[in-house]
Amino acid sequence: MSQVERLQWDVVVVGAGGAGLRAAIEAREQGARTAVICKSLFGKAHTVMAEGGIAAAMGNVNDHDDWRVHFRDTMRGGKFLNQWRMAELHAREAPDRVWELETWGALFDRTADGRISQRNFGGHEYPRLAHVGDRTGLELIRTLQQKIVELQQEDHRELGDYEARLKVFQECTVTRIVKDADGKVCGVFCYERESGRFFVIEAPSVVIATGGIGKSFKVTSNSWEYTGDGHALALLAGAPLLNMEFVQFHPTGMVWPPSVKGILVTESVRGDGGVLRNSEGKRFMFDYIPDVFKEKYAESEAEGDRWYDDPDHNRRPPELLPRDEVARAINSEVKAGRGSPHGGVFLDVSTRMPPDVVRRRLPSMYHQFKELADVDITAEAMEVGPTCHYVMGGIAVDSDSAAARGVPGLYAAGEVAGGMHGSNRLGGNSLSDLLVFGRRAGLHAARYAAGLDVRPVVDEGQVDAAAAEALRPFSAEAPEEGAPPENPYTLHQELQQTMNDLVGIIRREPEMAEALQKLAELRVRARRAGVEGHRQFNPGWHLSLDLRNMLLVSECIARAALERTESRGGHTREDWPGMDRRWRRANLLCRLADPTGGLAATDPVRGQIRLEREETEPIRPDLLALFDKEELVKYLSEEELHE
Amino acid sequence: MATGTEPDLDPAGGVRGATRAAIAAPHLRTDRWWLSPALTAAGLLAFVVYSTWRAFANADYYAAPYVSPFYSPCLAENCVPMKGGPNWEILGGWWGLSPALLILIFPLGFRLTCYYYRKAYYRGFWASPPACAVAEPHRKYSGETRFPLILQNVHRYFFYAAVPVAGILTYDTVLAFRDEHYAWGHMGLGTVVMVVNIGLIWAYTLSCHSCRHIVGGKLKHFSKHPVRYRLWQWVGKLNDRHMQLAWVSLLSVAGADFYVYLVASGAIEDLRFF
Amino acid sequence: MTSYEAGFRVWRGDTSGGGLEDFKVEVNDGEVVLDIIHRLQATQAPDLAVRWNCKAGKCGSCSAEVNGRPRLMCMTRMSTFTRDEVITVTPLRAFPVVRDLVTDVGFNYTKAREVPAFVPPAELGPGEYRMMQEDVDRSQEFRKCIECFLCQDTCHVVRDHEENKGAFAGPRFLMRVAELDMHPLDSAEAEGLDRKTTAQDEHGLGYCNITKCCTEVCPEGIRITDNALIPLKERAADRKYDPLVWLGNTIRRRSR
Repeated sequence: MSQVERLQWDVVVVGAGGAGLRAAIEAREQGARTAVICKSLFGKAHTVMAEGGIAAAMGNVNDHDDWRVHFRDTMRGGKFLNQWRMAELHAREAPDRVWELETWGALFDRTADGRISQRNFGGHEYPRLAHVGDRTGLELIRTLQQKIVELQQEDHRELGDYEARLKVFQECTVTRIVKDADGKVCGVFCYERESGRFFVIEAPSVVIATGGIGKSFKVTSNSWEYTGDGHALALLAGAPLLNMEFVQFHPTGMVWPPSVKGILVTESVRGDGGVLRNSEGKRFMFDYIPDVFKEKYAESEAEGDRWYDDPDHNRRPPELLPRDEVARAINSEVKAGRGSPHGGVFLDVSTRMPPDVVRRRLPSMYHQFKELADVDITAEAMEVGPTCHYVMGGIAVDSDSAAARGVPGLYAAGEVAGGMHGSNRLGGNSLSDLLVFGRRAGLHAARYAAGLDVRPVVDEGQVDAAAAEALRPFSAEAPEEGAPPENPYTLHQELQQTMNDLVGIIRREPEMAEALQKLAELRVRARRAGVEGHRQFNPGWHLSLDLRNMLLVSECIARAALERTESRGGHTREDWPGMDRRWRRANLLCRLADPTGGLAATDPVRGQIRLEREETEPIRPDLLALFDKEELVKYLSEEELHE
Repeated sequence: MATGTEPDLDPAGGVRGATRAAIAAPHLRTDRWWLSPALTAAGLLAFVVYSTWRAFANADYYAAPYVSPFYSPCLAENCVPMKGGPNWEILGGWWGLSPALLILIFPLGFRLTCYYYRKAYYRGFWASPPACAVAEPHRKYSGETRFPLILQNVHRYFFYAAVPVAGILTYDTVLAFRDEHYAWGHMGLGTVVMVVNIGLIWAYTLSCHSCRHIVGGKLKHFSKHPVRYRLWQWVGKLNDRHMQLAWVSLLSVAGADFYVYLVASGAIEDLRFF
Repeated sequence: MTSYEAGFRVWRGDTSGGGLEDFKVEVNDGEVVLDIIHRLQATQAPDLAVRWNCKAGKCGSCSAEVNGRPRLMCMTRMSTFTRDEVITVTPLRAFPVVRDLVTDVGFNYTKAREVPAFVPPAELGPGEYRMMQEDVDRSQEFRKCIECFLCQDTCHVVRDHEENKGAFAGPRFLMRVAELDMHPLDSAEAEGLDRKTTAQDEHGLGYCNITKCCTEVCPEGIRITDNALIPLKERAADRKYDPLVWLGNTIRRRSR
């Protein structure tokens, strides 16, 4: 087993989306030899699907904006559960990260005076999102990709080898983080998708930037890559996950035809004037403004409409409430029988903007509906409904360094890291999050690697165990004599159905208990998932391996959701409908029940995950002073207010 | 492994090369992909045949007040006199062949090097490629990298030449507002034919990619040249229709010539409006 | 919802050979070719190799040839075919095959590296860039590219002539050169890099015979030929085929 190929690098970045690439660029510029591993081709990461923009308080369109306002919006959006230091760093550094992209060749849409244009978005007080039409994520990924190529060209000029100091291992998957005897990170175990060949990259620093978990849900805007790999890798390496119960359901996903159900309809549609109506033609969002936001949103349609032209003297329409509010409202309307024919509501721009403006401002939405649903959005309304979009929870990290707690050498950035967005993320804050914390993770990972006198040594036993684990689907035992092994595709579909139905947008205690039971059964069956054929580019095999990760993450979500007896942000309990100020200070940490990393535990009650509750750090007084007292009363407990 | 054909693999065989997916068919298109190149080739061929006949005919190209676009301007002495018309005997009397051959070089060169016609005849005549994703029958391909095809880069000079030629044809069209006795203020069916033709000739000429480049496309900063930017946008709109304009102007030029031929040869009489 | 059974012929095999395999598979309302390939995986051929990612036409992973035409499988609706039509799906035929519908697209990544990157203006720092919308429009169109490589696949210069792969960057990367040359703040020229000349000398612009297949297959509707390749040819002509420029250069060379 031990003839697995070994490669030596200083920093390994797992994931080549926005956070991963930004981390790799930083690590390389710090002088670390950096390897990037990604499951897809280079440049295809899920970041390309981000549409709306990058939130950064540059104040180009409204000069009242600055980082403090952005910080405030972020905390409000996350219902004050955010790791406040992250929210602060994010708001302060986002403008620099955006401007830096321009020096790497990015071409954002412009204002009349030639600066980066910024657009309105849900939960943001001012127009704040730097954007390129509705394909901002593509611009971001391409710019970072081209920056990496530039660095490689530099290495080629200097050293004659493009990949001397920065290499992308595309279409490779990491299945385990390898640690030394002291528990320090010393590398990753990978397989190449194309050949099925195993290899180990030995490196003292590992940055996890694998994105989210949406593929555990049936209706999702996420791509196949979002199987929670990074979350699971960190758990298995001994790092805790934070607040996994918070899963964002984007209010507007396509609902028809079935094969595209869940595909995202960008929030810019609403930011640019799109309105939500139910089957009675009513703009129902006016009935769903929660108390905490009453002062910030328009009371009448007329006021909301005036806001687009005169934002300083009018309040914004409630279509632009944070995503959790809108998603719940849509859900309620559909449940009350006021939904559209295919079980969504109507999102309409056709009566709000002339056709050529729609085509210019929302080109890919126009294209998407035309091509996939035969709907001309310049002439008719879209049908939309909630879709699983983003996980706020993730690897618990140090705010400043992005270092994962308790595992030296492990870093995490982007969606896979928890804390930044609290209980609900604002649109546009994910791309800025990727850049700000991607850079920080790369920086600190490189420094950590450079600061080590002795490199940790790979434990051979772990490599052998990882290889054996990865090969297991080829020799899966049948559930009973003569029967075929479990089909991984079937298991995946059942998992998605379970999570969608039982731990979805509205949660109830008995359903979550049932989900845990179901997950335990699936876990047993997943051990018997078997595949045909050989190791060369075998998607059945790849899915069998990903199932482990999805099951781990799903259990985290279900357990944490069952534990948190309140409704906040992306976590809505029908049996605990209100936000409870006492829960504001509580973080839920998920850890592996069996810290040795063995995954034998199949008891549904105990499961594989152990929950821990911890109290959050108090918010720094100068940051707290940015809010009105009246507002804080809604979120903070008495003790916190008096401290 | 899947069962199927094991094709004869040619190391330099393009889609049937050794490293490519083993599929014997040169293409798997199920639509009528051959229709477009066939029509293109037929259309171009018809024009070549017609224009060769007419260019060498050296007859029936003037029926007062109309002159065929094939014979204007006339640069040799051996033209029929066209009162007020384009008799510019720059070359003197030594030229004995049809005077059309002297001037047709310019529009011919313009169209031959035109980016649209290049596509049309590379596909239609040379099958390089016959249609998208249909294997081409050539073993070697060097495109426009060497002589003679590298000469396609001179397209802009033919554009420069095409502009005055179009100017002269415009002048001819103005002259068509006379009657057969050269009195002004008259109009016939021939006038309409010539007006339509010259409109299409200008639209085709100005929609040229080289023109688009010259008026503004070559600039790095449109914002510093607002007038040229407007021109570029305008030419761009025409350029969107370059292919259609190439065809209709080809038809109209042949049509105008044919009308003059019919009148000049006495086959029909010009329909006089006033 | 209506469903029917469709006939599919999918190429299966690897570097050592292979062929078209017939399948009968269920098709439902509103589905695209990629849905059917996924159904084949889940029910009949679990190891059928295919690349895909976003399934929304944004990432450019699921490129293949459907009935002989380069397409994104996620954007090819089944309703564009008749019910009795047998639909043939093969891998991209311009690139080396890896397995089933997956090809080795490394050629494109090699070419990407050969195009010199954006050169930032030395005198401007981050946040000081000022560009007008009309000046970035052209390059923005090219930056819509999702790198599905369908243009690279369909281009006969390399599709039919393996030997040209060394000299020819392909439409995608010639368009990248055009994008940078039209970028209002690219300062390559100040650094001595003339993208107009190198487009022809180093990236093989002359191989392009503007037969427009790249534009025909582009799922993003980018007008590659009219807006990138032809303008680039004209820019190269400015440099290399303008007799006045040529004369000037020759005289300068003489006098040196």
